[in-house]
Amino acid sequence: MDNETLKARILGIVPEAQPEENKQYLTLVVPASQMHGLGEKLKNTPELSFDFLFCLSGVDYGKELAVVYHLNSTVHKHTVVLKVKTGDRANPGFDTVCDIWRTAEFHERETYDMFGIKFNNHPDLRRIFLDEEWKGYPLRKDYVDEVNIVEF
Amino acid sequence: MKEKDFQDNETLELFRKTGSGILMTTIDAVIDWGRSNSVWPLTFATSCCGIEMMATGASRHDFARFGIEVYRASPRQADVIVVAGTIVNKMAPVLKRLYDQMSEPRYVIAMGACAVSGGPFYYNSYHVVRGVDQVIPVDVYIPGCPPRPEALLYGVMQLQRKIKLETITRPEESMIMGRK
Amino acid sequence: MKEIINLPVSKIEEEEYHINMGPQHPSTHGVLRLVVSLQGEMVKSLKPHCGYIHRGIEKMCEKDTYPQVIHLTDRIDYLSAHINNHAVCLLVEKALEIEVPERVKYIRTIMDELARIQSHQLWWSSFGMDLGGLTCFFYGLRDREMILDIWEETTGSRFLQSYNCPGGVMQDLHPNFQKRVHSFIKTFKKKIKDYDRILSGNVIFEQRSMGVGMLSKEDAISYGVTGPSGRGSGWSCDIRKNEPYSMYGQVQFNEVLRYGCDTYSRYMVRMQEMHESMNIIEQLIDNIPAGDYSAKMKAVIKLPAGEYFQKVESARGELGVYVVSDGNKTPYRMKFRTPSFSNLSVLDHISRGMKIADLVAIGASLDLVIPDIDR
Repeated sequence: MDNETLKARILGIVPEAQPEENKQYLTLVVPASQMHGLGEKLKNTPELSFDFLFCLSGVDYGKELAVVYHLNSTVHKHTVVLKVKTGDRANPGFDTVCDIWRTAEFHERETYDMFGIKFNNHPDLRRIFLDEEWKGYPLRKDYVDEVNIVEF
Repeated sequence: MKEKDFQDNETLELFRKTGSGILMTTIDAVIDWGRSNSVWPLTFATSCCGIEMMATGASRHDFARFGIEVYRASPRQADVIVVAGTIVNKMAPVLKRLYDQMSEPRYVIAMGACAVSGGPFYYNSYHVVRGVDQVIPVDVYIPGCPPRPEALLYGVMQLQRKIKLETITRPEESMIMGRK
Repeated sequence: MKEIINLPVSKIEEEEYHINMGPQHPSTHGVLRLVVSLQGEMVKSLKPHCGYIHRGIEKMCEKDTYPQVIHLTDRIDYLSAHINNHAVCLLVEKALEIEVPERVKYIRTIMDELARIQSHQLWWSSFGMDLGGLTCFFYGLRDREMILDIWEETTGSRFLQSYNCPGGVMQDLHPNFQKRVHSFIKTFKKKIKDYDRILSGNVIFEQRSMGVGMLSKEDAISYGVTGPSGRGSGWSCDIRKNEPYSMYGQVQFNEVLRYGCDTYSRYMVRMQEMHESMNIIEQLIDNIPAGDYSAKMKAVIKLPAGEYFQKVESARGELGVYVVSDGNKTPYRMKFRTPSFSNLSVLDHISRGMKIADLVAIGASLDLVIPDIDR
């Protein structure tokens, strides 16, 4: 399915999604509350059939924290990128997608560890790489570590 | 470097100063010969240097011919711990516990730039211990990223020379630093 | 504790207990800690604890320029170091829309396939060693030394060379390169028959690996298990075929698929992949075109603002590099989607109901490299 048809289909499911132009793959910013529903439809509709979540990353855009989902279909071989953003830096939270794509369990734990983004209904949300007592979320842009990190 | 070239090493001066009777010197020589030629390491490899350590143990640069015959899985049975790879903040207590479980006489070789000083991760990493000597006392440092197998063999030979300078009558002045 | 002592013996055997296969362990291939919950010898569930080699590479990349990042990518998955470098170089070249010379593409593809063969050789050595066959360790590493010699002559270092750079490679091939690669292929084709005789046809090995660790295709896709582990369950996920890069679109090779879904299938996929890699090298080695070994690049590399993603097929699976750039010479955010991270997540699912000895075989068949998980 080419990008235009895909965009039309996804906007049909979630009309509030905003496409971003000039990106390598079809990219849409989806409201956080509708991500889970959209994910289920994307996986279960036979013409879309996005069954492979190949990358889940957290990004800190300065004012907002975002989670970027890269989805691929092994049947139709098309790719789409979905983003959810939040401006709430003190207590960011999204819905988990690990009941749709099982690979998200570990990836969401890593995003929580590095950015502090909580995922509702995650079966086991705790830090994965750092110790439980570690203070702070290292990959945020406002993470301060005078000893180790050299600022130019 | 040959053993007789340890001329400007001040620990060698200390060795000459302590001096022992003829009988004890012979016993020392025999014990040190036995100890240095059969150091058995602990299986401990964290990252890339571990692969070079495995390559040293394989058939081309065999280090069984230096006495490193087998790897022991348990720290209670090992003589030397070759720290091959980066040590991070989460792993440091584990390393200290392993070192404490080893029984005397025990030695440490820091292999690779990461174990010597933090290596390529010295700047800008929030989770790396800059050098394993911040956690346990080290006997031999082997630089390189990763060091060649020949460099590891040279490091082991230096450790053997260090062991040969020990004496059982005055263990508190033993050449190996920090031992009791 | 007192309650357990007073129980009759038959009751004690039914209690569940947890053992710790701690970070320092001969067969966890690095520092992975598994807390295994057992009933007798049967595994009921397991929890991996990662982070014992977490070096914060993604944060370091935000302060390094793009050529400096290449040195760090070597150390993420050190057994497919060339392939990791290749991913970042392809991403930079795609973003700057630079066309590399043909010679560079040939060299990079040949080096990638050599990296894949030596990674599988090391995997085979440690697999055999974990199951108790120490011979495999010596045979595999002996043959791997030939590849390390080839690399040392051209790039100067046996291992972790950082040979790729954005725009091309660091220096040209040594004149002996072709001769050495030919002699390696000739020797290795004979030696690999020994590998099959030692391990693949061995009745003990077959009993220890057939039917062990079943991973269905739907689970493999859902858990994101790519690479030879996914192809052992019949999922065609080879990026060299699906989204070809460098010379992979122009060489003939088969994607190796098996449908057994167990440890034995994953093993046979890797053995066959070594043959396919040698096939690819043979098609390319005699036809390397003359030319530059690097395209002309500016001294300071700045990517235009935007987001880029590049996938390559590393020896363990699909490696993805995701860069968010804001126009500076350092990336704003660099994320590595590493194959071993997803492969590890399936370990709990497939080892339920297996015995502890099977757990060792399953872990070895997934081919985990721990710095790849922890970055």
